[in-house]
Amino acid sequence: MGKIGLIIWREFITRVRKPSFLIMTILGPVLIAGAMALIVYLGMQESNDHLVLVVDKAHLVTDKLEGSETVHFMYQYEEISDSAFKQGPYTVLVDVNEAILETNTIQLFYKDLPSISVQRKIQSELERVLEREKLRVNEVDPEIYARIKTALRVQLFDIDNTGKESYEQEKAGIGFFFGYLIFIFIFLYGVQVMRGVMEEKQSRIVEVLISSVKPFQLMMGKIIGIACVGLTQFLLWIVLSSVLITGVSAFLVKDNFDPQEVAAQGMTAEVQEQLAAQGQNVPDLEEIKIVKALVDLDLGFALGMFVFFFLGGYLLYSSLFAAVGSAVDNETDTQQFMFPITMPMIIAIFVAQMAVTNPGSPAVMWCSLIPFTSPVVMMVKVAMGSALDAPWQLFLSMFLLIATFLFTTWLAGRIYRTGILMYGKKVSWKELGKWLLYKG
Amino acid sequence: MLSLHGIVKRYGTYTALDGITLDVPEGKVFGLLGPNGAGKTSLIRIITRITAPDEGRVLLGGKAMGEQDDLYYGYLPEERGLYKKMKVGEQALYLAQLKGMRKEEARKRLKEWFERWDMTSWWNKKVEELSKGMAQKVQFITTVLHGPKLLILDEPFSGFDPINAELIRTEILRLRDEGTTVMLSTHNMGSVEELCDHIALIDKSRKVLDGPVHEIRRRYSTNTYRVDFTGNRVKLADAMGFTGELIDVEEGPHQSVARIKLAKGSTLNDLLRQLVHGVELHGVHEEIPRMHEIFIRVVDEHKTTPVTEGLTE
Repeated sequence: MGKIGLIIWREFITRVRKPSFLIMTILGPVLIAGAMALIVYLGMQESNDHLVLVVDKAHLVTDKLEGSETVHFMYQYEEISDSAFKQGPYTVLVDVNEAILETNTIQLFYKDLPSISVQRKIQSELERVLEREKLRVNEVDPEIYARIKTALRVQLFDIDNTGKESYEQEKAGIGFFFGYLIFIFIFLYGVQVMRGVMEEKQSRIVEVLISSVKPFQLMMGKIIGIACVGLTQFLLWIVLSSVLITGVSAFLVKDNFDPQEVAAQGMTAEVQEQLAAQGQNVPDLEEIKIVKALVDLDLGFALGMFVFFFLGGYLLYSSLFAAVGSAVDNETDTQQFMFPITMPMIIAIFVAQMAVTNPGSPAVMWCSLIPFTSPVVMMVKVAMGSALDAPWQLFLSMFLLIATFLFTTWLAGRIYRTGILMYGKKVSWKELGKWLLYKG
Repeated sequence: MLSLHGIVKRYGTYTALDGITLDVPEGKVFGLLGPNGAGKTSLIRIITRITAPDEGRVLLGGKAMGEQDDLYYGYLPEERGLYKKMKVGEQALYLAQLKGMRKEEARKRLKEWFERWDMTSWWNKKVEELSKGMAQKVQFITTVLHGPKLLILDEPFSGFDPINAELIRTEILRLRDEGTTVMLSTHNMGSVEELCDHIALIDKSRKVLDGPVHEIRRRYSTNTYRVDFTGNRVKLADAMGFTGELIDVEEGPHQSVARIKLAKGSTLNDLLRQLVHGVELHGVHEEIPRMHEIFIRVVDEHKTTPVTEGLTE
């Protein structure tokens, strides 16, 4: 093991051994799985039963509304006073008057605001019954009506890729998630590099070290070591998350685990209603667009690009973070140098958001080429599949990223080797420029 | 063994070292002296290859120093520290391996040192639990662990309490006696006289003085002698004649002490031959200037007059 290997190992092992690493590694997936479990759990669980009193003065809906396990309908023909409602066992009061067939409006009174799904249940039941009533009044055959009623579903196709439905929006969403992950990782671990450099400078061990190794070796060892920590954590998260998600969902829904039910949670009210109106069942898992998008996505290619752009972006930024850490004496002095480094990353996130809705805009094109923003922005294009429409752009972007991180690590190395030996000096940009010219 | 030729180092417009030429003799303790900001640390960083000189060469045994010489020297910087969160033993092993030692060899030698200095119980302690003096002992051990032929110590005594300073001093002399060449920079002139065989004085980026300590002290001697005698000062002055010049006399009830500067061309023998006629002598010894005085004198002179090469020769 060479000297740089020793440095990488130390950076890696001291961080991985820290309790905070263990906590983050375990807590991360627990939080992710926990959040997902919570969504599933809350979706399945209606906390309390609702006793809905329908004041049906026109005798329109009485005994026709179908309740559910948690929603029960009771009927009465006369007006009920507010105080009587308050004292009664009912939780919701629905006022159905004769004008309803004209106004299409009902009034719902509640003690505690019922959940969206309860509201939706009440609404859809009333709609169903009132629709039937209208059909009867207008003497329309319900069967004919069912044939006439149209719920339009729009399918999108890329003209260059016909025969296959496209899920660009969903894929862009996945790409944005990847891009955002890169953004988070670059920051999380870039700042760790900066802290590590400052620790060595503040504890004054750095001069002992650089009498044995070259400053550049020390800097690169730290950067690579921390990258290994990041990748390890990422890997552990993936493994632990999948184990936990599988485990928790299996435990939560036991044998009657129904993917349809879980899938339905993610659907909008309209989709559900339309599906219900069509008399169809909720679709099975394969029907969900995001899942289709994931299947459609070239996952191997996307993951390869993710690792490439993560490492490229990380090397680029962390070398700059290392340079900043070497130039200052304490954390408060980092502010003036941090701003110009964080700015392009913030821009990258904004542009990546833009790329989700408008992938063709020139800003997206430029930012996917500029190395300071490309790791985040290009990921969206990669996931959407549009990165391969113009392969030269992807290759140019990758080439520029490599060239730039080579340049920034060289630049950072020159600032670093002077900075780490400089104490008690308030460093300016001009000063940093001068350091570049010193003979090492 | 180590020789520097015309070392120049510039930081922008500031010249930190201006043509330093030095020879560090083998197996001796070499003191690098100079006021703050004279360029001592800059010079040491060039020798340890932390920075490169703009001009000049560093030769080790006649050859240019390179990476292969890492094991050859040990370096204790003035700004020294350890990873606070790391355990003492683990850290010492890491530093030794960075120097190029094999792990098992390093562990074995560390054990020996830790036993010798009675610090085996520190092995699994974190550095932040150690006192400053304890940490400095660890630093010293990691500097000398690989048995360097050349030991470079920048202000080795700063921050040490007297007991540990003495421990380090003894260790330096022991290493020298075993054949290690030691180069140290210091402000502490007392330790220079006790420790150093050779010195070089650097002021304002230039070398102003160098050579063996005893020669330098002799060179700066003012031919002044302290003479213990009984009798009165008039008789002494009369007897002295033209062989010397009386600087002052400290008269005591039984014995007096006179400080006499020899006249040009006279020797101590001439002086004594005269004095015995006038007073009863008890003892005589030469006043050799302390390094401290020489240091101040040279730096002061350097302040007022531009230095010529001749002064150093």
